[in-house]
Amino acid sequence: MSNMKIIVRDLSKVFNGRSVFRGVGLELSTGDSLAITGPNGSGKTTLMKILAGVLSPTSGKVEFWRDGKLFKAEEMRGSIGYVGPYVQMYDEFTALENLQFLNAIRDLRKDSKVFGDLLKRVGLYHRRDDLVRGFSSGMKQRLKYAVALSSNPEILFLDEPTSNLDDSGIEMVREVIRDQKNHGILLVATNDAAEAKWCRRILKLSGEVPTPR
Amino acid sequence: MVQADFEALWRSPDATVNLIAVRASFQYVKQVDMSNLAATYGVLTKDFRSEVRTRYAFNALLMFVVTAVTIILFALQEENPNPEVLSGMFWVVVFFSGMSGLSRTFVSEEERGTTLTLQLLTRSSVVYFGKLIFNILLSIILSVSITMLYVVAFPGFIVQSVSVFVISLLLGSVGLAAATTIIAAIIAKANTKGTLYPVLSFPILLPLLMTVMKATSIALAGGGIGEALEQFQIMVSYILVMVAGSYLLFDFVWND
Repeated sequence: MSNMKIIVRDLSKVFNGRSVFRGVGLELSTGDSLAITGPNGSGKTTLMKILAGVLSPTSGKVEFWRDGKLFKAEEMRGSIGYVGPYVQMYDEFTALENLQFLNAIRDLRKDSKVFGDLLKRVGLYHRRDDLVRGFSSGMKQRLKYAVALSSNPEILFLDEPTSNLDDSGIEMVREVIRDQKNHGILLVATNDAAEAKWCRRILKLSGEVPTPR
Repeated sequence: MVQADFEALWRSPDATVNLIAVRASFQYVKQVDMSNLAATYGVLTKDFRSEVRTRYAFNALLMFVVTAVTIILFALQEENPNPEVLSGMFWVVVFFSGMSGLSRTFVSEEERGTTLTLQLLTRSSVVYFGKLIFNILLSIILSVSITMLYVVAFPGFIVQSVSVFVISLLLGSVGLAAATTIIAAIIAKANTKGTLYPVLSFPILLPLLMTVMKATSIALAGGGIGEALEQFQIMVSYILVMVAGSYLLFDFVWND
Protein backbone atom coordinates (compact mmCIF):
# COMPACT_ATOMS: atom_id res chain seq x y z
CA MET A 1 0.00 0.00 0.00
CA SER A 2 1.45 3.39 -1.00
CA ASN A 3 1.69 6.21 1.48
CA MET A 4 -0.47 9.09 0.27
CA LYS A 5 -0.41 12.58 1.69
CA ILE A 6 -2.39 15.76 0.96
CA ILE A 7 -0.90 19.03 2.18
CA VAL A 8 -3.07 22.12 2.01
CA ARG A 9 -1.33 25.46 2.51
CA ASP A 10 -3.13 28.70 3.36
CA LEU A 11 -6.04 28.11 1.00
CA SER A 12 -8.59 30.82 0.30
CA LYS A 13 -11.42 31.30 -2.18
CA VAL A 14 -13.20 34.49 -3.22
CA PHE A 15 -16.41 34.34 -5.26
CA ASN A 16 -17.70 37.60 -6.79
CA GLY A 17 -15.77 39.66 -4.28
CA ARG A 18 -17.04 37.62 -1.30
CA SER A 19 -14.54 35.64 0.69
CA VAL A 20 -15.89 32.09 1.07
CA PHE A 21 -13.07 30.90 3.33
CA ARG A 22 -9.48 31.83 3.99
CA GLY A 23 -6.43 30.44 5.68
CA VAL A 24 -7.32 26.77 5.37
CA GLY A 25 -4.29 24.62 6.11
CA LEU A 26 -4.25 20.92 6.82
CA GLU A 27 -2.34 17.72 6.28
CA LEU A 28 -3.89 14.32 5.66
CA SER A 29 -2.13 10.97 5.31
CA THR A 30 -3.26 7.46 4.39
CA GLY A 31 -5.68 6.27 7.07
CA ASP A 32 -6.81 9.82 7.91
CA SER A 33 -10.42 10.94 7.69
CA LEU A 34 -11.68 14.50 7.79
CA ALA A 35 -15.24 15.82 8.08
CA ILE A 36 -15.81 19.31 6.70
CA THR A 37 -18.81 20.92 8.38
CA GLY A 38 -20.38 24.35 8.45
CA PRO A 39 -23.58 26.19 7.63
CA ASN A 40 -24.98 26.53 4.09
CA GLY A 41 -22.73 28.73 1.97
CA SER A 42 -19.70 28.27 4.17
CA GLY A 43 -17.78 26.70 1.28
CA LYS A 44 -17.80 22.96 2.04
CA THR A 45 -18.41 21.89 -1.57
CA THR A 46 -16.08 24.61 -2.89
CA LEU A 47 -13.29 23.33 -0.64
CA MET A 48 -13.96 19.73 -1.70
CA LYS A 49 -13.78 20.73 -5.40
CA ILE A 50 -10.52 22.62 -4.84
CA LEU A 51 -9.03 19.64 -3.01
CA ALA A 52 -10.17 17.33 -5.83
CA GLY A 53 -8.41 19.60 -8.35
CA VAL A 54 -11.42 20.74 -10.39
CA LEU A 55 -11.57 24.28 -9.04
CA SER A 56 -8.69 26.73 -8.58
CA PRO A 57 -8.20 28.45 -5.24
CA THR A 58 -7.85 32.24 -5.13
CA SER A 59 -4.64 31.76 -3.14
CA GLY A 60 -2.78 28.95 -1.43
CA LYS A 61 -2.06 25.50 -2.82
CA VAL A 62 -2.87 21.82 -2.56
CA GLU A 63 -0.04 19.29 -2.80
CA PHE A 64 -0.38 15.56 -3.43
CA TRP A 65 2.51 13.39 -2.21
CA ARG A 66 2.83 9.65 -2.82
CA ASP A 67 5.76 7.78 -1.30
CA GLY A 68 7.65 11.06 -0.92
CA LYS A 69 7.05 12.20 -4.52
CA LEU A 70 5.07 15.27 -5.47
CA PHE A 71 2.24 14.82 -8.01
CA LYS A 72 0.16 17.35 -9.94
CA ALA A 73 -3.61 17.36 -9.35
CA GLU A 74 -4.10 16.21 -12.97
CA GLU A 75 -1.89 13.18 -12.35
CA MET A 76 -4.12 12.20 -9.44
CA ARG A 77 -7.33 11.86 -11.52
CA GLY A 78 -7.18 8.05 -11.50
CA SER A 79 -6.63 7.96 -7.73
CA ILE A 80 -9.57 10.14 -6.72
CA GLY A 81 -13.16 9.08 -6.14
CA TYR A 82 -15.83 11.76 -5.74
CA VAL A 83 -19.48 11.44 -4.77
CA GLY A 84 -21.52 14.63 -4.62
CA PRO A 85 -24.81 16.24 -5.60
CA TYR A 86 -23.24 18.05 -8.58
CA VAL A 87 -21.72 14.91 -10.07
CA GLN A 88 -24.20 13.54 -12.62
CA MET A 89 -24.40 10.27 -14.50
CA TYR A 90 -25.49 9.87 -18.15
CA ASP A 91 -29.26 9.34 -18.23
CA GLU A 92 -29.22 7.81 -21.71
CA PHE A 93 -26.94 4.95 -20.63
CA THR A 94 -27.61 1.98 -18.38
CA ALA A 95 -25.92 1.64 -14.98
CA LEU A 96 -23.42 -0.83 -16.45
CA GLU A 97 -22.72 1.35 -19.51
CA ASN A 98 -22.09 4.35 -17.25
CA LEU A 99 -19.47 2.34 -15.39
CA GLN A 100 -17.91 1.07 -18.63
CA PHE A 101 -17.78 4.45 -20.39
CA LEU A 102 -16.65 6.46 -17.38
CA ASN A 103 -13.84 3.99 -16.74
CA ALA A 104 -12.83 3.97 -20.42
CA ILE A 105 -12.49 7.76 -20.20
CA ARG A 106 -9.96 7.18 -17.40
CA ASP A 107 -8.29 4.42 -19.43
CA LEU A 108 -9.24 1.96 -16.69
CA ARG A 109 -10.52 -1.01 -18.64
CA LYS A 110 -11.99 -3.73 -16.48
CA ASP A 111 -13.98 -6.82 -17.27
CA SER A 112 -17.72 -6.88 -16.68
CA LYS A 113 -17.30 -9.14 -13.61
CA VAL A 114 -15.53 -6.29 -11.76
CA PHE A 115 -18.35 -3.91 -12.70
CA GLY A 116 -20.90 -6.56 -11.71
CA ASP A 117 -19.27 -6.89 -8.27
CA LEU A 118 -19.30 -3.11 -7.85
CA LEU A 119 -22.98 -2.91 -8.75
CA LYS A 120 -23.71 -5.72 -6.29
CA ARG A 121 -21.83 -3.80 -3.60
CA VAL A 122 -24.00 -0.70 -4.11
CA GLY A 123 -27.19 -2.73 -4.54
CA LEU A 124 -27.83 -1.99 -8.21
CA TYR A 125 -26.91 -5.30 -9.84
CA HIS A 126 -30.53 -6.23 -10.54
CA ARG A 127 -31.00 -2.92 -12.40
CA ARG A 128 -27.66 -2.96 -14.25
CA ASP A 129 -29.23 -3.00 -17.72
CA ASP A 130 -31.84 -0.31 -17.02
CA LEU A 131 -31.41 3.22 -18.30
CA VAL A 132 -30.37 5.66 -15.56
CA ARG A 133 -33.20 7.92 -16.81
CA GLY A 134 -35.62 5.66 -14.94
CA PHE A 135 -33.62 5.60 -11.68
CA SER A 136 -34.76 7.25 -8.46
CA SER A 137 -32.46 9.86 -6.87
CA GLY A 138 -31.33 7.26 -4.32
CA MET A 139 -30.39 4.79 -7.05
CA LYS A 140 -28.47 7.50 -8.89
CA GLN A 141 -26.61 8.21 -5.65
CA ARG A 142 -25.72 4.52 -5.40
CA LEU A 143 -24.43 4.57 -8.98
CA LYS A 144 -22.21 7.55 -8.13
CA TYR A 145 -20.65 5.37 -5.41
CA ALA A 146 -20.04 2.58 -7.92
CA VAL A 147 -18.26 4.99 -10.31
CA ALA A 148 -16.24 6.58 -7.49
CA LEU A 149 -15.14 3.21 -6.13
CA SER A 150 -14.35 1.66 -9.51
CA SER A 151 -10.80 3.08 -9.51
CA ASN A 152 -10.17 1.81 -5.96
CA PRO A 153 -9.41 5.43 -5.00
CA GLU A 154 -6.62 6.44 -2.66
CA ILE A 155 -8.55 9.63 -1.86
CA LEU A 156 -12.33 9.49 -1.52
CA PHE A 157 -14.43 12.67 -1.38
CA LEU A 158 -18.00 12.31 -0.14
CA ASP A 159 -20.17 15.43 -0.34
CA GLU A 160 -23.46 14.88 1.51
CA PRO A 161 -22.74 11.13 1.54
CA THR A 162 -26.16 9.82 2.56
CA SER A 163 -28.44 12.22 0.70
CA ASN A 164 -31.43 10.42 -0.89
CA LEU A 165 -30.34 7.05 0.48
CA ASP A 166 -32.53 4.60 2.40
CA ASP A 167 -31.40 2.58 5.44
CA SER A 168 -29.63 -0.10 3.40
CA GLY A 169 -27.95 2.65 1.35
CA ILE A 170 -26.71 4.37 4.51
CA GLU A 171 -25.34 1.04 5.75
CA MET A 172 -23.54 0.64 2.39
CA VAL A 173 -21.99 4.11 2.85
CA ARG A 174 -20.82 3.20 6.37
CA GLU A 175 -19.16 0.10 4.95
CA VAL A 176 -17.48 2.14 2.19
CA ILE A 177 -16.22 4.61 4.80
CA ARG A 178 -14.85 1.82 7.05
CA ASP A 179 -13.06 0.32 4.08
CA GLN A 180 -11.64 3.66 2.88
CA LYS A 181 -10.31 4.51 6.34
CA ASN A 182 -8.31 1.27 6.20
CA HIS A 183 -6.55 1.92 2.93
CA GLY A 184 -6.77 5.59 1.95
CA ILE A 185 -7.77 9.14 2.77
CA LEU A 186 -11.41 10.07 3.36
CA LEU A 187 -12.97 13.54 3.19
CA VAL A 188 -16.63 14.04 4.03
CA ALA A 189 -18.60 17.30 3.64
CA THR A 190 -21.74 17.23 5.73
CA ASN A 191 -24.12 19.19 7.92
CA ASP A 192 -25.10 16.07 9.85
CA ALA A 193 -23.35 15.82 13.22
CA ALA A 194 -23.72 12.00 13.23
CA GLU A 195 -22.01 11.72 9.82
CA ALA A 196 -19.22 14.04 10.95
CA LYS A 197 -18.49 11.61 13.79
CA TRP A 198 -17.59 8.92 11.25
CA CYS A 199 -14.33 10.85 10.69
CA ARG A 200 -11.37 11.17 13.02
CA ARG A 201 -10.94 14.93 12.49
CA ILE A 202 -13.39 17.76 11.89
CA LEU A 203 -12.83 21.01 10.01
CA LYS A 204 -15.50 23.57 10.75
CA LEU A 205 -16.03 26.28 8.16
CA SER A 206 -17.89 29.29 9.45
CA GLY A 207 -16.76 32.19 7.32
CA GLU A 208 -14.05 32.94 9.84
CA VAL A 209 -10.51 31.60 9.75
CA PRO A 210 -11.07 27.82 10.10
CA THR A 211 -8.90 25.57 12.19
CA PRO A 212 -8.95 21.78 12.06
CA ARG A 213 -9.03 19.92 15.35
CA MET B 1 8.54 8.43 -12.40
CA VAL B 2 7.10 11.90 -11.94
CA GLN B 3 8.17 15.28 -13.32
CA ALA B 4 10.48 15.95 -10.35
CA ASP B 5 12.46 12.74 -11.10
CA PHE B 6 13.06 13.79 -14.71
CA GLU B 7 14.17 17.25 -13.61
CA ALA B 8 16.71 15.73 -11.19
CA LEU B 9 18.12 13.48 -13.94
CA TRP B 10 18.34 16.35 -16.43
CA ARG B 11 20.17 18.57 -13.94
CA SER B 12 22.85 15.96 -13.27
CA PRO B 13 26.35 16.94 -14.52
CA ASP B 14 26.96 13.32 -15.52
CA ALA B 15 26.34 12.84 -19.28
CA THR B 16 25.38 9.16 -18.78
CA VAL B 17 22.68 10.19 -16.34
CA ASN B 18 21.45 12.76 -18.89
CA LEU B 19 21.24 9.99 -21.49
CA ILE B 20 19.22 7.89 -19.06
CA ALA B 21 16.93 10.92 -18.65
CA VAL B 22 16.43 11.15 -22.43
CA ARG B 23 15.49 7.47 -22.64
CA ALA B 24 13.22 7.62 -19.59
CA SER B 25 11.54 10.76 -20.93
CA PHE B 26 10.75 9.06 -24.25
CA GLN B 27 9.33 6.02 -22.45
CA TYR B 28 7.27 8.23 -20.14
CA VAL B 29 5.88 10.33 -23.01
CA LYS B 30 5.04 7.14 -24.94
CA GLN B 31 3.25 5.68 -21.91
CA VAL B 32 1.31 8.90 -21.22
CA ASP B 33 0.45 9.30 -24.92
CA MET B 34 -0.90 5.73 -25.19
CA SER B 35 -2.93 6.23 -22.02
CA ASN B 36 -4.28 9.57 -23.28
CA LEU B 37 -5.03 8.04 -26.66
CA ALA B 38 -7.09 5.25 -25.09
CA ALA B 39 -8.91 7.75 -22.85
CA THR B 40 -9.57 10.03 -25.87
CA TYR B 41 -11.06 7.06 -27.68
CA GLY B 42 -13.19 6.51 -24.55
CA VAL B 43 -14.59 10.07 -24.78
CA LEU B 44 -15.23 9.65 -28.51
CA THR B 45 -17.04 6.32 -28.01
CA LYS B 46 -19.15 7.76 -25.20
CA ASP B 47 -20.15 10.76 -27.34
CA PHE B 48 -20.91 8.56 -30.33
CA ARG B 49 -23.10 6.17 -28.30
CA SER B 50 -24.77 9.11 -26.60
CA GLU B 51 -25.53 10.67 -30.00
CA VAL B 52 -26.95 7.40 -31.31
CA ARG B 53 -29.26 7.22 -28.26
CA THR B 54 -30.34 10.87 -28.03
CA ARG B 55 -29.72 12.22 -31.58
CA TYR B 56 -29.26 15.67 -30.01
CA ALA B 57 -26.96 17.03 -32.73
CA PHE B 58 -27.87 14.79 -35.65
CA ASN B 59 -31.58 15.73 -35.71
CA ALA B 60 -30.78 19.46 -35.45
CA LEU B 61 -28.28 19.20 -38.31
CA LEU B 62 -30.53 17.13 -40.55
CA MET B 63 -33.55 19.40 -40.12
CA PHE B 64 -31.49 22.50 -40.85
CA VAL B 65 -29.88 20.99 -43.96
CA VAL B 66 -33.20 19.91 -45.46
CA THR B 67 -34.88 23.25 -44.65
CA ALA B 68 -32.01 25.38 -45.97
CA VAL B 69 -31.60 23.45 -49.22
CA THR B 70 -35.37 23.52 -49.81
CA ILE B 71 -35.53 27.30 -49.29
CA ILE B 72 -32.61 27.87 -51.69
CA LEU B 73 -34.33 25.59 -54.22
CA PHE B 74 -37.54 27.64 -54.06
CA ALA B 75 -35.64 30.94 -54.14
CA LEU B 76 -33.67 30.04 -57.26
CA GLN B 77 -36.59 28.51 -59.19
CA GLU B 78 -35.50 28.42 -62.85
CA GLU B 79 -32.27 30.38 -62.26
CA ASN B 80 -29.00 28.68 -63.15
CA PRO B 81 -26.31 30.22 -60.91
CA ASN B 82 -22.60 30.09 -61.77
CA PRO B 83 -20.06 27.91 -59.84
CA GLU B 84 -18.97 30.81 -57.55
CA VAL B 85 -22.54 31.43 -56.41
CA LEU B 86 -23.27 27.70 -55.98
CA SER B 87 -20.12 27.06 -53.96
CA GLY B 88 -20.85 30.14 -51.84
CA MET B 89 -24.38 28.93 -51.09
CA PHE B 90 -23.05 25.43 -50.40
CA TRP B 91 -20.75 26.65 -47.62
CA VAL B 92 -23.39 29.03 -46.26
CA VAL B 93 -25.60 25.98 -45.70
CA VAL B 94 -22.67 24.06 -44.14
CA PHE B 95 -21.85 27.01 -41.84
CA PHE B 96 -25.38 27.56 -40.55
CA SER B 97 -26.07 23.82 -40.24
CA GLY B 98 -22.88 23.52 -38.20
CA MET B 99 -24.07 26.36 -36.00
CA SER B 100 -27.24 24.44 -35.22
CA GLY B 101 -25.56 21.18 -34.19
CA LEU B 102 -21.83 21.33 -33.52
CA SER B 103 -22.15 23.11 -30.17
CA ARG B 104 -24.19 20.23 -28.74
CA THR B 105 -21.09 18.26 -27.80
CA PHE B 106 -20.30 20.68 -24.95
CA VAL B 107 -23.71 22.26 -24.40
CA SER B 108 -25.33 18.86 -23.73
CA GLU B 109 -22.68 18.07 -21.07
CA GLU B 110 -23.39 21.41 -19.38
CA GLU B 111 -27.18 20.96 -19.57
CA ARG B 112 -27.02 17.42 -18.14
CA GLY B 113 -24.61 18.52 -15.41
CA THR B 114 -22.00 15.96 -16.50
CA THR B 115 -19.22 18.53 -17.00
CA LEU B 116 -18.03 18.07 -13.41
CA THR B 117 -18.08 14.29 -13.88
CA LEU B 118 -15.70 14.59 -16.85
CA GLN B 119 -13.54 17.15 -15.04
CA LEU B 120 -13.14 14.76 -12.13
CA LEU B 121 -12.38 11.72 -14.24
CA THR B 122 -9.92 12.81 -16.89
CA ARG B 123 -7.44 15.37 -18.20
CA SER B 124 -8.75 18.41 -20.09
CA SER B 125 -6.69 17.52 -23.19
CA VAL B 126 -8.41 14.10 -23.36
CA VAL B 127 -11.84 15.77 -23.34
CA TYR B 128 -10.76 18.33 -25.96
CA PHE B 129 -9.40 15.82 -28.45
CA GLY B 130 -12.29 13.39 -27.90
CA LYS B 131 -14.81 16.15 -28.61
CA LEU B 132 -12.75 17.53 -31.53
CA ILE B 133 -12.63 14.15 -33.29
CA PHE B 134 -16.37 13.69 -32.69
CA ASN B 135 -17.09 17.12 -34.23
CA ILE B 136 -14.78 16.39 -37.20
CA LEU B 137 -16.72 13.18 -37.92
CA LEU B 138 -20.02 15.04 -37.55
CA SER B 139 -18.83 17.85 -39.87
CA ILE B 140 -17.72 15.36 -42.52
CA ILE B 141 -21.10 13.58 -42.34
CA LEU B 142 -22.78 16.99 -42.58
CA SER B 143 -20.76 18.11 -45.62
CA VAL B 144 -21.23 14.80 -47.44
CA SER B 145 -25.01 14.90 -46.77
CA ILE B 146 -25.26 18.46 -48.09
CA THR B 147 -23.23 17.48 -51.18
CA MET B 148 -25.60 14.60 -51.94
CA LEU B 149 -28.64 16.85 -51.52
CA TYR B 150 -27.06 19.55 -53.67
CA VAL B 151 -26.27 17.12 -56.49
CA VAL B 152 -29.91 15.96 -56.49
CA ALA B 153 -31.49 19.41 -56.02
CA PHE B 154 -29.31 21.58 -58.29
CA PRO B 155 -28.59 20.29 -61.79
CA GLY B 156 -25.97 23.04 -62.21
CA PHE B 157 -23.93 21.69 -59.28
CA ILE B 158 -21.58 19.53 -61.33
CA VAL B 159 -18.21 18.75 -59.80
CA GLN B 160 -15.69 18.90 -62.65
CA SER B 161 -12.63 18.16 -60.51
CA VAL B 162 -13.53 15.46 -57.97
CA SER B 163 -10.12 15.38 -56.24
CA VAL B 164 -10.09 19.15 -55.59
CA PHE B 165 -13.69 18.99 -54.36
CA VAL B 166 -13.01 16.06 -51.98
CA ILE B 167 -9.90 17.72 -50.50
CA SER B 168 -11.80 21.02 -50.12
CA LEU B 169 -14.68 19.22 -48.45
CA LEU B 170 -12.41 17.37 -46.01
CA LEU B 171 -10.23 20.36 -45.11
CA GLY B 172 -13.29 22.61 -44.85
CA SER B 173 -15.02 20.13 -42.51
CA VAL B 174 -11.95 19.68 -40.31
CA GLY B 175 -11.43 23.46 -40.17
CA LEU B 176 -15.08 24.02 -39.28
CA ALA B 177 -14.84 21.46 -36.47
CA ALA B 178 -11.51 22.84 -35.21
CA ALA B 179 -12.94 26.34 -34.84
CA THR B 180 -16.40 25.44 -33.57
CA THR B 181 -15.22 22.94 -30.93
CA ILE B 182 -13.35 25.51 -28.83
CA ILE B 183 -16.11 28.09 -29.34
CA ALA B 184 -18.67 25.49 -28.19
CA ALA B 185 -16.60 24.92 -25.03
CA ILE B 186 -16.56 28.68 -24.38
CA ILE B 187 -20.26 29.34 -24.98
CA ALA B 188 -21.44 26.20 -23.11
CA LYS B 189 -21.03 28.05 -19.81
CA ALA B 190 -22.87 31.19 -21.04
CA ASN B 191 -26.58 31.91 -20.58
CA THR B 192 -27.18 33.01 -24.18
CA LYS B 193 -25.66 29.99 -25.92
CA GLY B 194 -27.79 30.04 -29.09
CA THR B 195 -27.04 33.68 -29.90
CA LEU B 196 -23.38 33.67 -28.93
CA TYR B 197 -22.37 30.64 -30.97
CA PRO B 198 -22.81 32.01 -34.53
CA VAL B 199 -21.79 35.52 -33.44
CA LEU B 200 -18.47 34.29 -32.05
CA SER B 201 -17.93 31.72 -34.79
CA PHE B 202 -18.46 33.97 -37.80
CA PRO B 203 -15.35 36.19 -37.50
CA ILE B 204 -13.18 33.18 -36.60
CA LEU B 205 -14.52 31.11 -39.50
CA LEU B 206 -14.44 33.92 -42.07
CA PRO B 207 -10.88 33.21 -43.38
CA LEU B 208 -11.72 29.50 -43.67
CA LEU B 209 -15.04 30.12 -45.43
CA MET B 210 -13.51 32.52 -47.97
CA THR B 211 -10.74 30.03 -48.76
CA VAL B 212 -12.91 26.94 -48.96
CA MET B 213 -15.47 28.75 -51.15
CA LYS B 214 -12.69 29.66 -53.58
CA ALA B 215 -11.38 26.06 -53.60
CA THR B 216 -14.89 24.67 -54.18
CA SER B 217 -15.53 27.04 -57.09
CA ILE B 218 -12.21 25.89 -58.62
CA ALA B 219 -13.46 22.28 -58.28
CA LEU B 220 -16.80 23.16 -59.92
CA ALA B 221 -15.03 25.01 -62.77
CA GLY B 222 -12.75 22.02 -63.42
CA GLY B 223 -9.45 23.46 -62.12
CA GLY B 224 -6.62 21.12 -61.08
CA ILE B 225 -4.96 20.58 -57.71
CA GLY B 226 -2.14 22.95 -58.66
CA GLU B 227 -4.67 25.75 -59.13
CA ALA B 228 -6.19 25.13 -55.69
CA LEU B 229 -2.88 24.46 -53.90
CA GLU B 230 -2.69 27.92 -52.35
CA GLN B 231 -6.18 27.48 -50.87
CA PHE B 232 -5.25 24.07 -49.45
CA GLN B 233 -2.11 25.50 -47.84
CA ILE B 234 -4.15 28.26 -46.20
CA MET B 235 -6.70 25.71 -44.92
CA VAL B 236 -4.03 23.38 -43.51
CA SER B 237 -2.36 26.35 -41.77
CA TYR B 238 -5.73 27.48 -40.41
CA ILE B 239 -6.43 24.00 -38.99
CA LEU B 240 -2.98 23.76 -37.37
CA VAL B 241 -3.28 27.21 -35.79
CA MET B 242 -6.82 26.55 -34.55
CA VAL B 243 -6.01 23.13 -33.03
CA ALA B 244 -2.76 24.31 -31.41
CA GLY B 245 -4.40 27.48 -30.06
CA SER B 246 -7.43 25.57 -28.80
CA TYR B 247 -5.26 22.95 -27.10
CA LEU B 248 -3.38 25.67 -25.21
CA LEU B 249 -6.55 27.57 -24.34
CA PHE B 250 -8.81 24.66 -23.48
CA ASP B 251 -7.47 24.07 -19.97
CA PHE B 252 -8.53 27.61 -18.96
CA VAL B 253 -11.94 27.25 -20.63
CA TRP B 254 -12.67 23.80 -19.22
CA ASN B 255 -11.57 24.25 -15.61
CA ASP B 256 -13.36 26.88 -13.48
